[in-house]
Amino acid sequence: MTETHDDPCAHCEEMMQPYLDHILSDEEMREAEMHLDECEWCRRRYRFEESLRRYVRQAVTQPMPPELKQKLAALRIPLE
Amino acid sequence: MAEVPSDATRIAADARGRVRFEEEALALADQVYSVARHLAGSREEAEDLVQETYARAFRSWRSFQPGTNLRAWLLRILTNLNIDRGRRQQRAPQTQALEANDYFLYDKLAHDDGGVTDEDRVVERLSQDDIVSALSAVPHDFRDVIVLVDIGDFSYQDTAQILNIPIGTVMSRLHRGRRILKRELAESVAEDVR
Repeated sequence: MTETHDDPCAHCEEMMQPYLDHILSDEEMREAEMHLDECEWCRRRYRFEESLRRYVRQAVTQPMPPELKQKLAALRIPLE
Repeated sequence: MAEVPSDATRIAADARGRVRFEEEALALADQVYSVARHLAGSREEAEDLVQETYARAFRSWRSFQPGTNLRAWLLRILTNLNIDRGRRQQRAPQTQALEANDYFLYDKLAHDDGGVTDEDRVVERLSQDDIVSALSAVPHDFRDVIVLVDIGDFSYQDTAQILNIPIGTVMSRLHRGRRILKRELAESVAEDVR
């Protein structure tokens, strides 16, 4: 390892959100994955976060009421 | 073939452009609503906002640049309307305590479940109601960013433009907002147990 961190799991935790948002650099991504490969403790927590995001999205997504859809269509400006 | 007057050609092209715009905007209505539902305080407010947004969008369709992100453009109108209505003036408390780490919700749920190993099962301990009420308990400034990025699937860049805030602010609010959401979820689990 090129960098030393007092607690590799704490460092891995710092990288979790940016990792799941796909905004880590290639090097940081490799670093996170190397740790995840060998640490089940962190791996579980990453998987949980991924599931949580998916679950939250499903839980709060509500279909638009059909009458609202009709109201929106009625807002269209009629052709002259 | 008779020559078509240039004015008529222009008017026809204009009408076609407008109809296409309206159809594309209406095709996005479900996605706009699902985001609006959580930016606004209630279902009624969300419906009003979506209607006002579309009325304004249809009136000012010419200011939309074809080829750019129409969904983000609509959400920008919606966010501005929401602010104009004076519903978003209150600032989120900056002193709100932030959780010590990002793992505490997992640790709590997995621990309460006696060490379940399947992460999908752990997350299922949260009910839909828990999640909806936890999200609505997140202060506006943070919730807006979570709703746009995590539910609306907008990029950081689009979110920054929709909310008219710097991209660094999007990132910091997202980071903090997700933790606040998890704290609210952890509290809802604690209440369910009681």
